[in-house]
Amino acid sequence: MLKRPLLIAGAALFMSSFAADACDISARVSIVGNEFPAIQTVGAGAQKCVGGEVAANLTADHQKINVAGMSGNPAEYTSAIIANSSIVALMNEDVIRPIDELVAKHGQGLKKNQLITINGKIMAVAFMANAQHLIYREDVLKKAGVQAPETYEEMLAAAQKIRAAGIMENPVGGAYKSGWNLAQEFNNMFLGFGGEHFKAGSSQPNVNSDAGIKALEMMKSLSEYMNPDFLTHDSNATNAEFRAGNVALMNMWGSRAATLLDADGISQDVKDGFNSAGPMTVGGGSIAASTLWWDGWTVAKNISDAEAESTFIAMMNGINPAILNDPEIAKQAVWLLDGYKPTDAARGVFAAAQMNTIPYPMLPYMGLMHSALGAELSDFMQGKETAEKALSDVEAAYRASATEKGFM
Amino acid sequence: MLLFIALPILSVLLQSVHTPHEAVLITSESCGPFGCSENTTIDHDATRKLKSTEPMGRFVGLNIYFDRAHLAVDQVSDAWRTTDNFSTFFGEISDLPFYRAMGFTLTYTFTVTPLLIILGLMIALSVNSLHRHLKGLVIFFSLLPMIVTPLIGSLILFWMFDSRGILGSFLQWLAQDPDLSLKASTLHTWIMLIIYGVWHGAPFAFVVFYAGLQTLPQDQIESAQIDGASRWEQVRFVVIPHLMPLVTFVALIQLMDNFRVFEPIVGFNAEAHATSLSWIIFNDLGGETRQLSAAATTSVMTILGVAILLSPVLLRAWRDFKEKK
Repeated sequence: MLKRPLLIAGAALFMSSFAADACDISARVSIVGNEFPAIQTVGAGAQKCVGGEVAANLTADHQKINVAGMSGNPAEYTSAIIANSSIVALMNEDVIRPIDELVAKHGQGLKKNQLITINGKIMAVAFMANAQHLIYREDVLKKAGVQAPETYEEMLAAAQKIRAAGIMENPVGGAYKSGWNLAQEFNNMFLGFGGEHFKAGSSQPNVNSDAGIKALEMMKSLSEYMNPDFLTHDSNATNAEFRAGNVALMNMWGSRAATLLDADGISQDVKDGFNSAGPMTVGGGSIAASTLWWDGWTVAKNISDAEAESTFIAMMNGINPAILNDPEIAKQAVWLLDGYKPTDAARGVFAAAQMNTIPYPMLPYMGLMHSALGAELSDFMQGKETAEKALSDVEAAYRASATEKGFM
Repeated sequence: MLLFIALPILSVLLQSVHTPHEAVLITSESCGPFGCSENTTIDHDATRKLKSTEPMGRFVGLNIYFDRAHLAVDQVSDAWRTTDNFSTFFGEISDLPFYRAMGFTLTYTFTVTPLLIILGLMIALSVNSLHRHLKGLVIFFSLLPMIVTPLIGSLILFWMFDSRGILGSFLQWLAQDPDLSLKASTLHTWIMLIIYGVWHGAPFAFVVFYAGLQTLPQDQIESAQIDGASRWEQVRFVVIPHLMPLVTFVALIQLMDNFRVFEPIVGFNAEAHATSLSWIIFNDLGGETRQLSAAATTSVMTILGVAILLSPVLLRAWRDFKEKK
């Protein structure tokens, strides 16, 4: 029974390392955000604060509730954990406050590149970087006699070989669920082909182009090697397929890849064969067919100054560089925190940053474009209409919603 | 009535004829982990000024009703002019979000409602003829589909119908086709949703009809038996006429319910194949975009749709009521 005292000692050590950075707050803190592991860590860190209630609502549906939950006065949520796409909705609705003063008062230890500055004001504190990149099964590729692909064309060729060798029926995985996920995969491919979503300096759509058609055709070719239910698979379902050993190649979020194998019931083959690499390029282009992301937190506008200060202190505790001492946490993400040393799991995201991958556009009307893409592209993926028709539908749907929201 | 029905409808109506102000955009520098860039953002001071002078937003009349996301007047008339036969015309139309949603919603409503009434009646008749000791247990089990939360029920079926799920694999084995996927085909998805709808709705019809059967006058059945009516004839000429007002009631409730079909579409992740007006409202309100005016417009059209759908049934009920007087 040596285990127990050891465990207790370990727990005591763990507790003391946090007790050293005691975190005292005086008012309510309420956090809303996505649910992937790194954000769970930040939420748990914030909840260690004492003196005020700290609630965290971490859910995949955070984008559906954060604006509504911050629009009231007082706002339900005092902080939203967001990414470079979702901060736009909060900016558009004017529900987050500039935090320059709080950064000056409590933000010691933040690096300059963590501060998200918009129009000269600090609006968010970023704590991690993210990108979609290649995840693959080394053993399966070896068996099929192929190298890890660096381009989507190579990915197709590898998939064909794996299928031909009878190793896997549908070796390619992809979060192609109709809606947000499908649109994001299009964005990757479209940027990889050198496409631009809008005509320069305007809100006029520009996806019905050569790059758009090529992007769709590549997605269609890839989908031939996917589970036939691909239009219902989001990134969680795609990961499940990988864990089950049904998938050998997929473009997956760095934030989810690192902890992909931390689940019960994964076979040894999958565990041993797991490997990651940078994002792929497409069509002979030099820009990665992926987008760069940061995740960070904001402070709500419609709350008292005391709540804002408590929120800032609690969130700072959530991203305390001390959390990196735990190797499990260190590998959860590409942390932007002081003292972070890249782990193996971070290889893909680092490669993405080095390949000059384009950051996801932070434009007020990008969300409308993303929604239009998500709604209109599934017809093409099912073979019901041509790429040109699907893309002209996207532009028409975008025009209708942009007109309604006053962007056109 | 005023607070819970009239005011919300009025609010939705007002919202549907207003849109947000023209966005005041400025270009400014944004910086982050990946460097600085020129970026377009919204000018909040200017926007606030606009909002305080006209808090309702821009009045746009029926513009949103006629835009592409709703009645799509321009696109429909375009399609009418450029196509030369009905099938291509309907092909073009069914590509527009509103008509696509209506296509599924109406098919769903008009197949599920009669099917569940028939199934409910059949269950009620069979349960009624059971021995009284068995009745309680069978009634409980027949009610289970209604007790299960719609979203949970559809999620359970969704995973069972997955190509790696128990029903999906069984169907693949049955059809001798390892690539068979119910979720990848529009027709199969529709059938799956309709089966779910009948499964979920039949217990309600059953309970109502079963209660009705308890009031069935025994002497009428006995006289029918003396007249030599077969079991089917007894049902056809005595039981069904007796239950007719209840059939009207169930049809009324279920037409309304099925027209608002929503949970199974979310639960089955079926939005690539089937959408409904309620799903469109949910989609417009959720996400990063929050198109309140578009959602309000679809809501008004849902209310109109329910009213049109119910009018024949309501008229019939009104006539019956007058005759009885």
